[in-house]
Amino acid sequence: MGRKILFITTDQQRYDTLGCNGGSVARTPVIDAVAAQGVRYERAQPQSVVCMPSRSTMLTGQHPSTHGVWMNGVPLPVDAPSVASELHDVGYRTALIGKPHFQPFLDPFARYEENRFARDGQPAPHRGFEHLEFATHGAQGFLHYARWMAAEHPGDVGKFYPVLDPTMEVNAMGGGDTGAPQAWRNEIAREHYHTDWVADRTISWLDSLGADDDWFCWMSFPDPHHPWDPPASEIDRIDWREVPLPAGYIEDRDERERVLDQKPAHWRAWYDGRLVSNYEAPLHWVPATLTADQVREVNALNAVEVELIDEAIGRVLAAVAARGWDDDVDIVFTTDHGELQGDFGLLFKGPYHTDSLMRLPLIWRPAPSSVPVPATVTAPVGIVDLAPTFCSIAGVPVPDYMEGRPLPIDDADASARGFERVLTEWDSVLFGVNVHLRTITRDGWTCSTYAPGTSHDGTEGELYDLTADPLQQVNRWDDPSVRALRDDLLDDLRAHQPEMMSPLPRVEAPV
Amino acid sequence: MTYGSVRHHLRIDRPADQVWELAGDPARLHEWFPGIDACQVDGTRRVITLGSGIPMPEEILVNDPVLRRFQYRLDLPMIQHHRGTIDVLDLGDGTCVVSYQTDCDPRTMALTIGGGTAGALDELKRQMETES
Repeated sequence: MGRKILFITTDQQRYDTLGCNGGSVARTPVIDAVAAQGVRYERAQPQSVVCMPSRSTMLTGQHPSTHGVWMNGVPLPVDAPSVASELHDVGYRTALIGKPHFQPFLDPFARYEENRFARDGQPAPHRGFEHLEFATHGAQGFLHYARWMAAEHPGDVGKFYPVLDPTMEVNAMGGGDTGAPQAWRNEIAREHYHTDWVADRTISWLDSLGADDDWFCWMSFPDPHHPWDPPASEIDRIDWREVPLPAGYIEDRDERERVLDQKPAHWRAWYDGRLVSNYEAPLHWVPATLTADQVREVNALNAVEVELIDEAIGRVLAAVAARGWDDDVDIVFTTDHGELQGDFGLLFKGPYHTDSLMRLPLIWRPAPSSVPVPATVTAPVGIVDLAPTFCSIAGVPVPDYMEGRPLPIDDADASARGFERVLTEWDSVLFGVNVHLRTITRDGWTCSTYAPGTSHDGTEGELYDLTADPLQQVNRWDDPSVRALRDDLLDDLRAHQPEMMSPLPRVEAPV
Repeated sequence: MTYGSVRHHLRIDRPADQVWELAGDPARLHEWFPGIDACQVDGTRRVITLGSGIPMPEEILVNDPVLRRFQYRLDLPMIQHHRGTIDVLDLGDGTCVVSYQTDCDPRTMALTIGGGTAGALDELKRQMETES
């Protein structure tokens, strides 16, 4: 009998939304306790700041350039490498419950297996998972949660915020008390909400296993990704009027716009409503209209969703303990990317490589039977390191195709094994607008370089001192005093950035 | 801008007339378009049934065997404008290029349908070139 692995992911969750990371709006006692027993990473970054590429990195242990899911809407081939396959091959029972997103969701043709399993069944292990039950942000569509809602609670289906508008764009419609985009009062019963469903289905699968089975369970919550529509019964937990404005939100409009103007042109162009470069942001929303109260309400609703996830995880951990497995279970908690959530006067996500989107919560509590020593790791690590970590936990050699390494257990381990840098990439081509950037984080600096595109001529960049400027409000790209550092970072980036797969896989859908 | 245009094309190592025989037959679209399960044609009206079970009524606008152009539009309330255009272009060397263009308002539908048409061209090429 080996170590079991509970891999918990959320969607679009910021680093600072957890109590253990200094968050003060949401109460997260369960994850905080897990962190206290294990390793908490202070500089974990994704290799892409949108869902499909980042989740594909989790599964493959590869950068987007290598696995080929270079933007949302590009499907990960079904025969792509998978850490779940590595574990399944050595006898692990394997499951993925919750949000997958390796294939496009906008799929009226039902071309993709993952959109058909709920209807047609799953004939065999898929990507190494013997058991799959899927959910996403609401109760529409073809996934297991949507079918369960339609069958069992049809009256609740229409209570969610409509993620897409009638033209199938990401919805800009305002709601809640402040009219914030994608804020919504959802009158669904809490026990029917997808967060509790994911936990319930996870517990059910765990209950089906034998006491001596080794298992790898990826429990993937769709929240706190927008829409911010937690069950209405829960929203009184946090009064948005009392929520402090985030440190990254610059209240003074002139100052905010001065900061944006230091950044490459697409930042300000989006803020002003002149350019929407990516599908993940509502086409018909102008960030400059965002009010301080809307930022407060979005943060409050987001925090409610984070609290519900924390409580759901608590129920799953209780079920694990009830099976007598607690000493042998590794728990890894993270997310696929962050959320702007008011920083720089912006919401949602896009080609904006700052900590809002790039600094992730990551916690690893090794199985207590391995006698872990609680630690904080400040060295840079990546989502790309997760799959090798799972192999290491299971005693499986890390396959050559994986580009990450097992996570360090403390800073001394990180230093000894050379965890110096982490890379993040963005490419998007959408209706005649293209954006391409590559980012390196090393030695307490983040440096991004842009290739020619709709808003860029290829000379632009961003350079931030993460220590002196933790909110990334001072772009040092053109500062001669750090030119040598900038050039060194760029050389390092070019030396380590994997080549983009060729030919470029096709974009099959918006998302 | 709410209008989107997506075009895919590929070369097929078969004569244009042979490819047109399949690609230009409105009742046989489901034979080479993955994700379309059935087609029912009645004059200039066609109803395709998607893999998700959704029926999509269409109007056939052009079916020109001389130009080898087939053009149709989706007839759905949510679609402000749509043109689907299939062209089979003779390269004069026993091969042809097939182009499948989708113009649509709302634009997201162009991208969503466009992904399907790209897969359809792949399947058309596979069928034609493996046919004895």
